Amino acid sequence: MEYAILKGESDPRFADDAILAGAVTYEAAHIAIYAGAPFKADAAKKLILIELGEECLSEHVGEDGIANVLGFARYRNGNDPASSLVEVVRQDIHDEETVTLARAFFEGLGLRAAVSADQVGRIISRLVVPKYNSALRLLDEGLASQKDMDLTCKLGLGYPDGPIERVVRGGLEHHYLRSQALFEVYPSQSTAPARRAVVAYRRAVGRGRPGI
Amino acid sequence: MTKQIKTVAVCGAGGTMGMGIALVAARAGYQTICYDLSEAGLDNSRRQSEAFLQNSVSRGKLSQQDSEGILSRMTRTTKLDDLAGCDLVIEAVFESLEVKQSLIRSLDKVCDASTIFGSNTSTLSITQIASGSAHPERVVGLHFCLPAQMMKLIEVSPGLVTSEDTLASAWAWCEASGQMPVKTQDRPGFILNALLVPFNNDAIRAVEAGVASPEDIDLAIKTGLGYKMGPLELLDMVGLDTQVLLCEAFYNATLDPRAAAPPLLHRMVAAGLLGRKTGRGFFNYNTNAMFGA
Repeated sequence: MEYAILKGESDPRFADDAILAGAVTYEAAHIAIYAGAPFKADAAKKLILIELGEECLSEHVGEDGIANVLGFARYRNGNDPASSLVEVVRQDIHDEETVTLARAFFEGLGLRAAVSADQVGRIISRLVVPKYNSALRLLDEGLASQKDMDLTCKLGLGYPDGPIERVVRGGLEHHYLRSQALFEVYPSQSTAPARRAVVAYRRAVGRGRPGI
Repeated sequence: MTKQIKTVAVCGAGGTMGMGIALVAARAGYQTICYDLSEAGLDNSRRQSEAFLQNSVSRGKLSQQDSEGILSRMTRTTKLDDLAGCDLVIEAVFESLEVKQSLIRSLDKVCDASTIFGSNTSTLSITQIASGSAHPERVVGLHFCLPAQMMKLIEVSPGLVTSEDTLASAWAWCEASGQMPVKTQDRPGFILNALLVPFNNDAIRAVEAGVASPEDIDLAIKTGLGYKMGPLELLDMVGLDTQVLLCEAFYNATLDPRAAAPPLLHRMVAAGLLGRKTGRGFFNYNTNAMFGA
């Protein structure tokens, strides 16, 4: 299905060169992807997809939503290369046909799509942010060394990398921002950024990179 | 000074974990006494051990001679007195503080003054278990992962009064057995369960909150993080009733809200949706349909 990408000032976060090269003009496209450009509703399009950061889709379209407009975000662990996962964000208004179309579109680009409700953190951040905060706190409290904590998760659970090495590699300042977004809506110790993430963020701000 | 270990006993060897630990010890060349209250349990473990080793032979990972050697080093008993000459006793009995303390108290009367006691507890305090012994300095946590005969990791946890010699001896035994020890504090869940139990509960809560279907949650975690299994698939394999028990032990010890069993988990257990063992949990293993479908 033909798609157009409406970019903002920077390149879309989700798209690699091949995806960018496959785009057509807005007029020729069945699917419009807003990747930074200001969103405009268009009932003539079969599907409109808005690329999200930490925000909810409803910030763009309201809580009632628009029947042909879904959100999405390609998951990446901070500074790591993008994974093949795309979280497709739906609201109550969306029927199965529209969601299935969005899922099939991303799968057609060689990505994997998981559908999430329009909630802060969606699936991945909602699950991993509390876990990384916990791991960072346990590290501070001396439960074990970083090496042993990571090794335990790799050997005991078959993870490709340990929680500390992963969150540090991705950038603790990025973790801080994800954690802060969750904490704003679901305030608890598990979503409050861990000390190391707060320190990393403040250091980043000190270096003049407040938006990371 | 590390203790020379030649003979190892495994209490609870009639169970899955105990059997695996016994295989680890016997495979590393130690005389291994498999102790359990249930003779039938020991017989069953023996059959499973033979089948496991035979499978290893068939796949070319082990010679027939080595397999026979391992089995010859594994003896069975239902009499605690037979553990008298053991250098290291590892318990893998029911996850109850009273049961473990009682066993260690009994072993005090049977074993030598230098015997080391390892506890395979996954959630209980080593210090509290050791308080059941007249020699708490000789008790150390040795938490294996399932299936123990295939997983290298052992969480080694000294209690508050565990001696340096006990810790060093247990550590040396782990390494000599070809295992990979990691040192943790004596805290609920050590490393593995401290991170895994709340994480799995969060996945259940995400289902309950309507964030996504179990299928999409597992897909996201596997694709985004590279995990081999999604949390809900893993819970179905472990058993949702087991997760409730883990939560109870873990929450009682930590009062961490993430460790508390989510209401959906209780409802599913009440409905008999325990996971693979009952054919349905978050996923339906008879029709491949997922929970709620």
